[in-house]
Amino acid sequence: MLAKRIIPCLDVDHGRVKKGVNFVNLTDVGDPVAIAQAYEQQGADELVFLDITATNEKRKAFTDTIAAVASQVFMPLTVGGGINALEDMQALLKAGADKIALNSAAVHNPDLIRQGAEKFGQQCIVCAIDVRYQPEKDRYQVVINGGRKPTDLDALDWAQTAVSAGAGELLVTSMDCDGTKKGFDLKLYQALTAVVDVPIVASGGCGQISDFTELFKETTVDAGLAASVFHFGTLTIPQVKAELKQNEVPIRE
Amino acid sequence: MITVIDYDTGNTLNVKKALDYLGIPNELSAEPDKILAADGLILPGVGAFQKAMAALDDRQLIPVIQQAANNGKPILGICLGMQLLFETGYEFGTTAGLGILPGSVIPIPKKAGFKVPHMGWNQNTAQRRNAFGTIFDQKSTYFVHSYYVQTAAKNIVATTDYSVQIPSIVQQNNVIGMQFHPEKSGAVGLAGLKTFKEVIEDERFSRN
Repeated sequence: MLAKRIIPCLDVDHGRVKKGVNFVNLTDVGDPVAIAQAYEQQGADELVFLDITATNEKRKAFTDTIAAVASQVFMPLTVGGGINALEDMQALLKAGADKIALNSAAVHNPDLIRQGAEKFGQQCIVCAIDVRYQPEKDRYQVVINGGRKPTDLDALDWAQTAVSAGAGELLVTSMDCDGTKKGFDLKLYQALTAVVDVPIVASGGCGQISDFTELFKETTVDAGLAASVFHFGTLTIPQVKAELKQNEVPIRE
Repeated sequence: MITVIDYDTGNTLNVKKALDYLGIPNELSAEPDKILAADGLILPGVGAFQKAMAALDDRQLIPVIQQAANNGKPILGICLGMQLLFETGYEFGTTAGLGILPGSVIPIPKKAGFKVPHMGWNQNTAQRRNAFGTIFDQKSTYFVHSYYVQTAAKNIVATTDYSVQIPSIVQQNNVIGMQFHPEKSGAVGLAGLKTFKEVIEDERFSRN
Protein backbone atom coordinates (compact mmCIF):
# COMPACT_ATOMS: atom_id res chain seq x y z
CA MET A 1 0.00 0.00 0.00
CA LEU A 2 1.16 3.48 -0.80
CA ALA A 3 1.74 5.26 2.50
CA LYS A 4 -0.07 8.47 3.38
CA ARG A 5 2.58 11.14 3.75
CA ILE A 6 3.15 13.42 6.76
CA ILE A 7 4.95 16.59 5.74
CA PRO A 8 6.38 19.35 7.94
CA CYS A 9 6.62 22.74 6.24
CA LEU A 10 9.51 25.12 6.93
CA ASP A 11 9.58 28.83 6.18
CA VAL A 12 13.06 29.99 5.18
CA ASP A 13 14.20 33.61 5.37
CA HIS A 14 17.75 34.48 4.28
CA GLY A 15 18.81 30.90 4.79
CA ARG A 16 17.33 30.59 8.26
CA VAL A 17 14.20 28.73 9.34
CA LYS A 18 11.58 31.07 10.77
CA LYS A 19 8.54 30.41 12.98
CA GLY A 20 10.71 29.44 15.96
CA VAL A 21 11.22 25.76 15.62
CA ASN A 22 11.37 24.35 19.10
CA PHE A 23 13.11 21.00 19.14
CA VAL A 24 14.83 19.58 22.11
CA ASN A 25 18.59 19.11 21.62
CA LEU A 26 18.79 21.54 18.76
CA THR A 27 21.50 24.05 19.56
CA ASP A 28 20.87 26.23 16.54
CA VAL A 29 17.10 26.53 16.23
CA GLY A 30 17.21 28.25 12.85
CA ASP A 31 19.58 25.92 11.02
CA PRO A 32 17.71 24.35 8.09
CA VAL A 33 20.07 21.36 7.87
CA ALA A 34 19.79 20.49 11.57
CA ILE A 35 16.01 20.86 11.47
CA ALA A 36 15.69 18.74 8.33
CA GLN A 37 17.85 16.05 9.92
CA ALA A 38 15.71 16.10 13.05
CA TYR A 39 12.56 15.65 10.98
CA GLU A 40 14.17 12.88 8.97
CA GLN A 41 14.95 11.08 12.23
CA GLN A 42 11.36 11.54 13.40
CA GLY A 43 10.14 9.85 10.24
CA ALA A 44 8.82 12.75 8.17
CA ASP A 45 8.00 11.49 4.68
CA GLU A 46 8.90 14.66 2.83
CA LEU A 47 9.83 18.26 3.61
CA VAL A 48 8.46 21.46 2.12
CA PHE A 49 10.65 24.56 2.17
CA LEU A 50 9.04 27.91 1.46
CA ASP A 51 11.22 30.90 0.67
CA ILE A 52 9.81 33.93 2.45
CA THR A 53 12.79 36.22 1.87
CA ALA A 54 11.52 39.51 0.51
CA THR A 55 14.65 40.89 -1.09
CA ASN A 56 16.29 40.71 -4.48
CA GLU A 57 19.25 38.53 -3.67
CA LYS A 58 16.80 36.01 -2.22
CA ARG A 59 17.02 33.22 -4.77
CA LYS A 60 20.72 32.61 -4.29
CA ALA A 61 20.45 32.24 -0.51
CA PHE A 62 17.49 29.90 -0.85
CA THR A 63 19.21 27.75 -3.46
CA ASP A 64 22.27 27.49 -1.20
CA THR A 65 20.02 26.42 1.68
CA ILE A 66 18.44 23.67 -0.41
CA ALA A 67 21.86 22.50 -1.60
CA ALA A 68 23.09 22.30 2.00
CA VAL A 69 20.01 20.32 3.10
CA ALA A 70 20.13 17.98 0.10
CA SER A 71 23.73 17.02 0.80
CA GLN A 72 22.82 15.78 4.29
CA VAL A 73 19.19 14.68 4.10
CA PHE A 74 18.04 11.99 1.68
CA MET A 75 14.30 12.32 1.38
CA PRO A 76 11.96 14.11 -1.05
CA LEU A 77 12.22 17.90 -0.87
CA THR A 78 9.60 20.27 -2.24
CA VAL A 79 10.47 23.94 -2.59
CA GLY A 80 8.34 27.00 -3.21
CA GLY A 81 7.91 30.71 -2.63
CA GLY A 82 8.09 33.30 -5.36
CA ILE A 83 9.34 30.97 -8.09
CA ASN A 84 8.38 32.46 -11.43
CA ALA A 85 10.92 31.38 -14.04
CA LEU A 86 12.30 28.18 -15.51
CA GLU A 87 15.83 29.20 -14.52
CA ASP A 88 14.77 29.36 -10.85
CA MET A 89 13.28 25.89 -11.13
CA GLN A 90 16.38 24.52 -12.81
CA ALA A 91 18.69 25.99 -10.18
CA LEU A 92 16.61 24.59 -7.32
CA LEU A 93 16.35 21.13 -8.89
CA LYS A 94 20.08 21.16 -9.44
CA ALA A 95 20.56 22.11 -5.81
CA GLY A 96 18.71 18.95 -4.85
CA ALA A 97 14.99 19.78 -4.77
CA ASP A 98 12.68 17.10 -6.13
CA LYS A 99 9.55 19.15 -6.67
CA ILE A 100 8.85 22.78 -7.41
CA ALA A 101 5.73 24.41 -5.97
CA LEU A 102 4.28 27.22 -8.08
CA ASN A 103 1.63 29.49 -6.58
CA SER A 104 0.91 33.12 -7.58
CA ALA A 105 3.17 32.97 -10.63
CA ALA A 106 1.13 30.09 -12.03
CA VAL A 107 -2.10 32.07 -11.59
CA HIS A 108 -0.56 35.00 -13.48
CA ASN A 109 0.89 32.69 -16.11
CA PRO A 110 -0.54 29.15 -16.23
CA ASP A 111 1.85 28.39 -19.07
CA LEU A 112 4.63 28.29 -16.48
CA ILE A 113 3.18 24.98 -15.26
CA ARG A 114 3.23 23.57 -18.80
CA GLN A 115 6.79 24.77 -19.42
CA GLY A 116 8.02 23.31 -16.13
CA ALA A 117 6.24 19.99 -16.68
CA GLU A 118 7.57 19.74 -20.20
CA LYS A 119 11.14 20.43 -19.17
CA PHE A 120 11.33 18.59 -15.85
CA GLY A 121 8.39 16.18 -15.90
CA GLN A 122 4.94 16.47 -14.35
CA GLN A 123 6.10 14.75 -11.16
CA CYS A 124 8.33 17.81 -10.54
CA ILE A 125 5.62 20.43 -10.72
CA VAL A 126 3.35 21.06 -7.76
CA CYS A 127 0.64 23.69 -8.02
CA ALA A 128 0.21 25.33 -4.61
CA ILE A 129 -3.23 26.85 -4.17
CA ASP A 130 -4.42 29.01 -1.27
CA VAL A 131 -8.20 29.08 -1.00
CA ARG A 132 -10.88 30.85 0.98
CA TYR A 133 -14.52 29.83 1.21
CA GLN A 134 -17.03 32.40 -0.07
CA PRO A 135 -20.33 31.61 1.66
CA GLU A 136 -22.34 34.08 -0.45
CA LYS A 137 -21.31 32.25 -3.60
CA ASP A 138 -20.92 28.84 -1.98
CA ARG A 139 -17.57 28.33 -3.59
CA TYR A 140 -13.86 28.30 -2.84
CA GLN A 141 -11.94 31.30 -4.10
CA VAL A 142 -8.26 31.28 -5.05
CA VAL A 143 -6.16 33.79 -3.09
CA ILE A 144 -2.63 34.76 -4.15
CA ASN A 145 0.33 36.78 -2.86
CA GLY A 146 0.60 34.85 0.38
CA GLY A 147 -3.13 35.01 1.06
CA ARG A 148 -3.37 38.78 0.65
CA LYS A 149 -4.90 39.11 -2.80
CA PRO A 150 -8.23 37.53 -3.75
CA THR A 151 -8.76 36.51 -7.37
CA ASP A 152 -11.84 35.73 -9.47
CA LEU A 153 -10.76 32.12 -9.81
CA ASP A 154 -12.84 29.28 -8.47
CA ALA A 155 -10.47 26.86 -6.71
CA LEU A 156 -12.01 23.72 -8.22
CA ASP A 157 -11.79 25.18 -11.72
CA TRP A 158 -8.22 26.33 -11.16
CA ALA A 159 -7.21 22.94 -9.80
CA GLN A 160 -8.44 21.28 -13.00
CA THR A 161 -6.76 23.90 -15.19
CA ALA A 162 -3.47 23.42 -13.34
CA VAL A 163 -3.62 19.63 -13.68
CA SER A 164 -4.39 19.78 -17.38
CA ALA A 165 -1.49 22.22 -17.79
CA GLY A 166 0.78 19.55 -16.29
CA ALA A 167 0.82 19.89 -12.49
CA GLY A 168 1.61 16.47 -11.04
CA GLU A 169 0.47 17.30 -7.53
CA LEU A 170 -1.59 19.95 -5.74
CA LEU A 171 -0.71 21.50 -2.38
CA VAL A 172 -3.93 23.11 -1.22
CA THR A 173 -4.08 25.35 1.84
CA SER A 174 -7.35 26.38 3.41
CA MET A 175 -6.90 30.00 4.52
CA ASP A 176 -10.06 29.66 6.63
CA CYS A 177 -8.56 26.83 8.64
CA ASP A 178 -4.91 27.89 8.63
CA GLY A 179 -3.82 28.79 12.13
CA THR A 180 -7.16 27.83 13.74
CA LYS A 181 -6.03 24.37 14.89
CA LYS A 182 -9.61 23.18 14.34
CA GLY A 183 -8.78 20.51 11.81
CA PHE A 184 -8.41 20.26 8.04
CA ASP A 185 -11.17 21.49 5.73
CA LEU A 186 -12.55 18.05 4.85
CA LYS A 187 -15.26 19.39 2.53
CA LEU A 188 -12.68 21.22 0.44
CA TYR A 189 -10.57 18.10 -0.04
CA GLN A 190 -13.59 15.92 -0.78
CA ALA A 191 -14.57 18.37 -3.50
CA LEU A 192 -11.03 18.53 -4.91
CA THR A 193 -10.41 14.79 -5.01
CA ALA A 194 -13.67 14.40 -6.92
CA VAL A 195 -12.46 16.62 -9.78
CA VAL A 196 -8.73 15.88 -10.15
CA ASP A 197 -6.80 12.62 -10.06
CA VAL A 198 -3.30 13.77 -9.11
CA PRO A 199 -1.98 13.47 -5.55
CA ILE A 200 -3.23 16.18 -3.19
CA VAL A 201 -1.45 17.53 -0.12
CA ALA A 202 -3.83 19.03 2.44
CA SER A 203 -2.65 22.00 4.49
CA GLY A 204 -4.11 24.30 7.09
CA GLY A 205 -5.86 23.75 10.39
CA CYS A 206 -4.07 20.85 11.97
CA GLY A 207 -4.12 21.16 15.77
CA GLN A 208 -4.24 17.63 17.13
CA ILE A 209 -3.44 14.06 16.19
CA SER A 210 -7.02 13.13 15.39
CA ASP A 211 -7.06 15.82 12.68
CA PHE A 212 -4.73 13.69 10.57
CA THR A 213 -6.75 10.54 11.18
CA GLU A 214 -9.94 12.34 10.20
CA LEU A 215 -8.29 13.75 7.07
CA PHE A 216 -7.22 10.34 5.81
CA LYS A 217 -10.42 8.57 6.87
CA GLU A 218 -12.80 11.12 5.38
CA THR A 219 -10.96 12.08 2.20
CA THR A 220 -8.67 10.42 -0.35
CA VAL A 221 -5.89 13.02 -0.15
CA ASP A 222 -2.36 11.64 -0.19
CA ALA A 223 -0.62 13.77 2.38
CA GLY A 224 -1.14 16.12 5.29
CA LEU A 225 1.10 19.13 5.83
CA ALA A 226 1.59 21.07 9.03
CA ALA A 227 4.03 23.59 10.41
CA SER A 228 3.57 24.96 13.92
CA VAL A 229 2.21 21.81 15.59
CA PHE A 230 5.41 20.02 14.60
CA HIS A 231 7.78 22.94 15.10
CA PHE A 232 6.54 23.67 18.60
CA GLY A 233 6.46 20.00 19.48
CA THR A 234 2.68 20.01 20.13
CA LEU A 235 2.68 16.86 18.03
CA THR A 236 5.50 14.60 16.98
CA ILE A 237 5.51 12.62 13.77
CA PRO A 238 5.87 9.27 15.57
CA GLN A 239 2.74 10.10 17.61
CA VAL A 240 0.78 10.98 14.49
CA LYS A 241 1.92 7.83 12.71
CA ALA A 242 1.14 5.58 15.68
CA GLU A 243 -2.40 6.93 15.80
CA LEU A 244 -2.82 6.55 12.03
CA LYS A 245 -1.58 2.98 12.16
CA GLN A 246 -4.02 2.16 14.92
CA ASN A 247 -6.76 3.48 12.67
CA GLU A 248 -5.54 1.37 9.77
CA VAL A 249 -4.29 4.27 7.68
CA PRO A 250 -1.27 3.05 5.70
CA ILE A 251 1.89 4.87 6.82
CA ARG A 252 5.63 4.43 6.39
CA GLU A 253 7.16 3.02 9.56
CA MET B 1 35.51 4.43 -8.56
CA ILE B 2 31.81 4.51 -9.45
CA THR B 3 30.92 6.45 -12.56
CA VAL B 4 27.48 8.01 -12.53
CA ILE B 5 26.50 8.27 -16.17
CA ASP B 6 25.82 11.92 -16.89
CA TYR B 7 23.40 12.37 -19.76
CA ASP B 8 21.49 15.46 -18.70
CA THR B 9 18.77 13.76 -16.71
CA GLY B 10 17.15 15.08 -13.56
CA ASN B 11 18.46 13.31 -10.50
CA THR B 12 22.11 12.74 -11.39
CA LEU B 13 23.39 15.19 -8.79
CA ASN B 14 21.26 13.74 -6.02
CA VAL B 15 22.76 10.31 -6.67
CA LYS B 16 26.21 11.90 -6.50
CA LYS B 17 25.33 13.69 -3.25
CA ALA B 18 24.27 10.42 -1.67
CA LEU B 19 27.50 8.69 -2.75
CA ASP B 20 29.53 11.65 -1.45
CA TYR B 21 27.68 11.48 1.87
CA LEU B 22 28.56 7.78 2.13
CA GLY B 23 32.18 8.52 1.26
CA ILE B 24 32.03 6.36 -1.87
CA PRO B 25 34.46 7.61 -4.55
CA ASN B 26 32.48 8.63 -7.62
CA GLU B 27 32.42 10.92 -10.61
CA LEU B 28 29.89 12.11 -13.13
CA SER B 29 30.88 11.37 -16.69
CA ALA B 30 29.59 10.78 -20.19
CA GLU B 31 33.01 9.80 -21.56
CA PRO B 32 33.18 6.24 -22.93
CA ASP B 33 36.75 5.71 -21.67
CA LYS B 34 35.84 6.64 -18.12
CA ILE B 35 32.67 4.55 -18.23
CA LEU B 36 34.57 1.49 -19.43
CA ALA B 37 37.34 2.03 -16.87
CA ALA B 38 35.02 2.45 -13.87
CA ASP B 39 34.66 -0.30 -11.26
CA GLY B 40 30.91 0.13 -11.34
CA LEU B 41 28.28 2.23 -13.08
CA ILE B 42 25.11 3.95 -11.99
CA LEU B 43 22.57 4.88 -14.64
CA PRO B 44 20.21 7.42 -13.09
CA GLY B 45 17.15 8.79 -14.84
CA VAL B 46 14.07 10.93 -14.48
CA GLY B 47 11.73 11.72 -17.33
CA ALA B 48 10.57 9.85 -20.40
CA PHE B 49 11.98 6.63 -21.91
CA GLN B 50 12.20 7.85 -25.49
CA LYS B 51 13.94 11.12 -24.65
CA ALA B 52 16.41 9.38 -22.35
CA MET B 53 17.37 6.79 -24.99
CA ALA B 54 17.81 9.64 -27.49
CA ALA B 55 20.09 11.43 -25.00
CA LEU B 56 22.21 8.28 -24.54
CA ASP B 57 22.32 7.82 -28.30
CA ASP B 58 23.43 11.46 -28.82
CA ARG B 59 26.39 10.78 -26.57
CA GLN B 60 27.05 7.44 -28.31
CA LEU B 61 26.74 5.69 -24.97
CA ILE B 62 24.39 2.84 -25.91
CA PRO B 63 27.11 0.41 -27.14
CA VAL B 64 29.40 1.56 -24.31
CA ILE B 65 26.91 0.64 -21.56
CA GLN B 66 26.08 -2.63 -23.34
CA GLN B 67 29.76 -3.50 -23.54
CA ALA B 68 30.31 -2.67 -19.86
CA ALA B 69 27.41 -4.97 -18.95
CA ASN B 70 28.81 -7.76 -21.12
CA ASN B 71 32.19 -7.37 -19.46
CA GLY B 72 30.54 -8.15 -16.14
CA LYS B 73 30.86 -4.64 -14.73
CA PRO B 74 28.36 -4.03 -11.91
CA ILE B 75 25.64 -1.66 -13.14
CA LEU B 76 22.85 -0.10 -11.09
CA GLY B 77 19.94 1.50 -12.95
CA ILE B 78 17.76 3.81 -10.87
CA CYS B 79 14.10 4.61 -11.69
CA LEU B 80 14.01 5.41 -15.42
CA GLY B 81 17.63 4.23 -15.50
CA MET B 82 16.40 0.76 -14.45
CA GLN B 83 13.69 0.80 -17.13
CA LEU B 84 16.23 1.69 -19.84
CA LEU B 85 18.11 -1.56 -19.11
CA PHE B 86 15.23 -3.54 -20.69
CA GLU B 87 14.44 -4.33 -24.30
CA THR B 88 11.45 -2.16 -25.14
CA GLY B 89 9.68 0.89 -23.76
CA TYR B 90 6.10 1.85 -24.61
CA GLU B 91 6.12 5.48 -23.43
CA PHE B 92 5.21 7.87 -26.28
CA GLY B 93 5.40 5.09 -28.87
CA THR B 94 7.65 2.05 -28.98
CA THR B 95 11.34 2.63 -28.24
CA ALA B 96 14.18 0.16 -28.09
CA GLY B 97 15.92 0.17 -24.71
CA LEU B 98 19.46 -0.96 -23.90
CA GLY B 99 18.32 -4.59 -24.08
CA ILE B 100 20.67 -5.69 -21.29
CA LEU B 101 17.81 -7.31 -19.37
CA PRO B 102 14.91 -9.22 -20.94
CA GLY B 103 11.54 -7.52 -20.65
CA SER B 104 9.53 -4.44 -21.47
CA VAL B 105 8.28 -1.25 -19.83
CA ILE B 106 4.51 -0.69 -19.82
CA PRO B 107 2.09 1.82 -18.27
CA ILE B 108 0.75 1.32 -14.74
CA PRO B 109 -2.93 0.45 -15.36
CA LYS B 110 -5.49 3.14 -14.54
CA LYS B 111 -7.64 1.94 -11.70
CA ALA B 112 -9.86 3.74 -9.19
CA GLY B 113 -7.95 4.58 -6.03
CA PHE B 114 -4.54 4.21 -7.68
CA LYS B 115 -3.37 7.57 -8.98
CA VAL B 116 -0.72 7.64 -11.69
CA PRO B 117 2.14 8.55 -11.30
CA HIS B 118 2.74 6.12 -8.46
CA MET B 119 4.31 8.74 -6.20
CA GLY B 120 5.33 8.32 -2.59
CA TRP B 121 6.54 5.72 -0.12
CA ASN B 122 5.60 2.13 -0.79
CA GLN B 123 6.67 -1.13 0.78
CA ASN B 124 8.95 -3.70 -0.83
CA THR B 125 8.48 -7.45 -0.51
CA ALA B 126 11.51 -9.62 -1.24
CA GLN B 127 11.04 -12.32 -3.83
CA ARG B 128 14.66 -13.40 -3.59
CA ARG B 129 16.85 -13.37 -0.52
CA ASN B 130 19.99 -11.93 -2.04
CA ALA B 131 21.82 -8.90 -0.62
CA PHE B 132 19.33 -6.38 -1.98
CA GLY B 133 16.24 -8.49 -1.25
CA THR B 134 17.31 -8.84 2.37
CA ILE B 135 17.95 -5.12 2.91
CA PHE B 136 14.73 -3.87 1.38
CA ASP B 137 12.26 -6.58 2.47
CA GLN B 138 9.26 -4.96 4.21
CA LYS B 139 10.94 -1.55 3.94
CA SER B 140 9.30 1.47 2.33
CA THR B 141 11.13 3.40 -0.35
CA TYR B 142 10.31 6.46 -2.42
CA PHE B 143 8.77 5.87 -5.84
CA VAL B 144 7.90 8.31 -8.63
CA HIS B 145 6.92 6.63 -11.90
CA SER B 146 4.08 6.03 -14.33
CA TYR B 147 5.50 2.98 -16.12
CA TYR B 148 6.74 -0.33 -14.80
CA VAL B 149 8.81 -3.29 -15.90
CA GLN B 150 7.55 -6.67 -17.01
CA THR B 151 10.18 -9.36 -16.83
CA ALA B 152 10.56 -13.05 -15.99
CA ALA B 153 10.08 -13.90 -12.30
CA LYS B 154 13.66 -15.12 -11.97
CA ASN B 155 14.94 -11.56 -12.54
CA ILE B 156 12.76 -10.04 -9.83
CA VAL B 157 14.34 -9.49 -6.43
CA ALA B 158 11.53 -7.47 -4.84
CA THR B 159 8.09 -6.16 -5.69
CA THR B 160 5.77 -3.43 -4.47
CA ASP B 161 1.99 -3.56 -4.55
CA TYR B 162 0.17 -0.80 -6.46
CA SER B 163 -2.93 -2.43 -7.96
CA VAL B 164 -0.40 -4.61 -9.81
CA GLN B 165 2.79 -6.20 -8.50
CA ILE B 166 5.48 -3.80 -9.61
CA PRO B 167 9.05 -5.12 -9.76
CA SER B 168 10.86 -2.70 -7.43
CA ILE B 169 14.28 -4.39 -7.59
CA VAL B 170 15.55 -6.53 -10.47
CA GLN B 171 18.86 -8.29 -10.86
CA GLN B 172 20.53 -10.54 -13.37
CA ASN B 173 24.12 -11.28 -12.36
CA ASN B 174 26.05 -7.98 -12.43
CA VAL B 175 23.08 -5.85 -13.56
CA ILE B 176 20.76 -4.40 -10.92
CA GLY B 177 17.77 -2.10 -11.20
CA MET B 178 15.82 -0.16 -8.57
CA GLN B 179 12.50 1.32 -9.57
CA PHE B 180 12.50 3.55 -6.47
CA HIS B 181 15.01 6.28 -5.65
CA PRO B 182 17.52 4.92 -3.12
CA GLU B 183 19.04 8.42 -2.96
CA LYS B 184 15.68 9.73 -1.66
CA SER B 185 14.69 6.79 0.53
CA GLY B 186 16.40 7.74 3.78
CA ALA B 187 18.58 5.29 5.71
CA VAL B 188 17.44 2.14 3.90
CA GLY B 189 18.08 3.73 0.51
CA LEU B 190 21.61 4.69 1.54
CA ALA B 191 22.15 1.14 2.79
CA GLY B 192 21.18 -0.08 -0.70
CA LEU B 193 23.78 2.18 -2.33
CA LYS B 194 26.39 0.96 0.13
CA THR B 195 25.52 -2.61 -0.77
CA PHE B 196 26.06 -1.78 -4.43
CA LYS B 197 29.53 -0.58 -3.50
CA GLU B 198 30.14 -3.90 -1.73
CA VAL B 199 28.94 -5.79 -4.81
CA ILE B 200 31.55 -3.89 -6.80
CA GLU B 201 34.26 -4.72 -4.27
CA ASP B 202 33.31 -8.42 -4.33
CA GLU B 203 33.42 -8.31 -8.12
CA ARG B 204 36.92 -6.80 -8.07
CA PHE B 205 38.01 -9.32 -5.49
CA SER B 206 36.80 -12.26 -7.55
CA ARG B 207 38.50 -10.88 -10.65
CA ASN B 208 41.87 -10.50 -8.96
